[in-house]
Amino acid sequence: MSEDEQPLLIAEGLAKSFGRQVACRDISFSLYEGEVMAVVGESGSGKSTLLRLLSMQTKPDAGCLRYRMRDGVTRDLGALGEAELRFLARTDWGFVHQDPTLGLRMAVSAGANVGERLMAVGWRHYGEIRQTAKNWLDRVEIETARIDDRPDIYSGGMRQRLQIARNLVTGPRLVLMDEPTSGLDVSVQARLLDLLRHLVAALKLSVVIVTHDLAVARLLSHRIMVMKAGEVIETGLTDQVLDDPHEPYTQLLVASILQP
Amino acid sequence: MTASLELRDVGKSFTMHLQGGLRLSVLSGISFSVGAGDCVVLDGRSGLGKSTILKMVFGNYRCDSGKILVRHDGETVDVATATPRQMLELRRRTIGYVTQFLRAVPRVPAIDVVAEPLLLAGTSPEVARNKAMEMLRQLNIPETLWRIPPATFSGGEQQRVNIARALIAEHPILLLDEPTASLDAENRSRVVALLAARRAAGTAMVGTFHDGEARSSVATRIFSLPERSEAA
Repeated sequence: MSEDEQPLLIAEGLAKSFGRQVACRDISFSLYEGEVMAVVGESGSGKSTLLRLLSMQTKPDAGCLRYRMRDGVTRDLGALGEAELRFLARTDWGFVHQDPTLGLRMAVSAGANVGERLMAVGWRHYGEIRQTAKNWLDRVEIETARIDDRPDIYSGGMRQRLQIARNLVTGPRLVLMDEPTSGLDVSVQARLLDLLRHLVAALKLSVVIVTHDLAVARLLSHRIMVMKAGEVIETGLTDQVLDDPHEPYTQLLVASILQP
Repeated sequence: MTASLELRDVGKSFTMHLQGGLRLSVLSGISFSVGAGDCVVLDGRSGLGKSTILKMVFGNYRCDSGKILVRHDGETVDVATATPRQMLELRRRTIGYVTQFLRAVPRVPAIDVVAEPLLLAGTSPEVARNKAMEMLRQLNIPETLWRIPPATFSGGEQQRVNIARALIAEHPILLLDEPTASLDAENRSRVVALLAARRAAGTAMVGTFHDGEARSSVATRIFSLPERSEAA
């Protein structure tokens, strides 16, 4: 059973405190190619700090992160230089923020938002960049006629889809998502979830998605990590954790879902 | 192991932390094996843990004690200790599961719901789609419904979409949780005939059937769940 395959990302004993406040304590996991892991837990449980640690935006107090580079060699991310990390962040990683205004440049056109990531990796031919941007707008269900509009006149759902296009245009292998669907109307949310589900499967992306919405976790993820007060308290297959939760806190989370 | 599936001394209890740590012991000492072409029907009154056994084999519920051995690619994998990745791999290629209810995903049309397991197993989209159409036809789902998400379908139609989805990938092990419960007589006969054909072709099956016709046409063996004292 292809157990010889190497994980894409390995976290070992990650820890981070802010003063006396522990945000993450001893977090370890392996993420394989094509795997979607949801991190659930309530506000303040350390989910977002974990994402910042994984994207190297925050330095851990302890622990390490290893990543299998495109050449197949797994390297310690802490030992990479600034330039190498920046290159990874621009090409091989994506980061989808809850608030699209953080992940987009609001004052430039949709086409430029998508094209910018391509230019950062050396694309120079204007026609090709525009064509690729158009293809991606189409893939995320944005009318290509809107390519020259700025995202500040887009709806919330369109902005979020544009942010996804901007992230995926360089063909990343690892995408981190921080509550990508919260703050959207339910109908808009359903459309975005469906789109994400298809893209993740078609592109075989590895995803860590932080969400407090267990329905989103069930729909998108293969497995779940439940966090409470900075610690991982339960992990497993998504349906197993949701249908047969063991920890008191996980049982409380599952029991608190409203059934429409 | 020559059987396709073997349970050895399997036990399961639930601890309800929100009810003051109430512990419900549901199953203990369950052992049976299922070979290719066998259909073991789990028998016993409601609440004895028939569905729980199916959920444990599928990895949907955790197995507290004992072993659940599954033959996969000529190797034996213990579901009780399998990693999430191994479990997903078992579901992709070895174990199919007809649940009692379809969990419909918003916006996904019936044909794609049915085709999905084949796509996950690596089949090309055209082949998967053609096979999905064939399954929907076999299960008597009107063609006008194929492009509509099944959330609005009748109970019987949803159940048949569910069965089509579970059967499409032709997994060597099939778990059946009341597959004919919400079907009318005609559709029940269709489903029973389809299951009997699969079993005759060598699929190993475990299931629960209330319906006598389904039981007598598909089952090769009955496993009676032991009664337990309620004072756990």
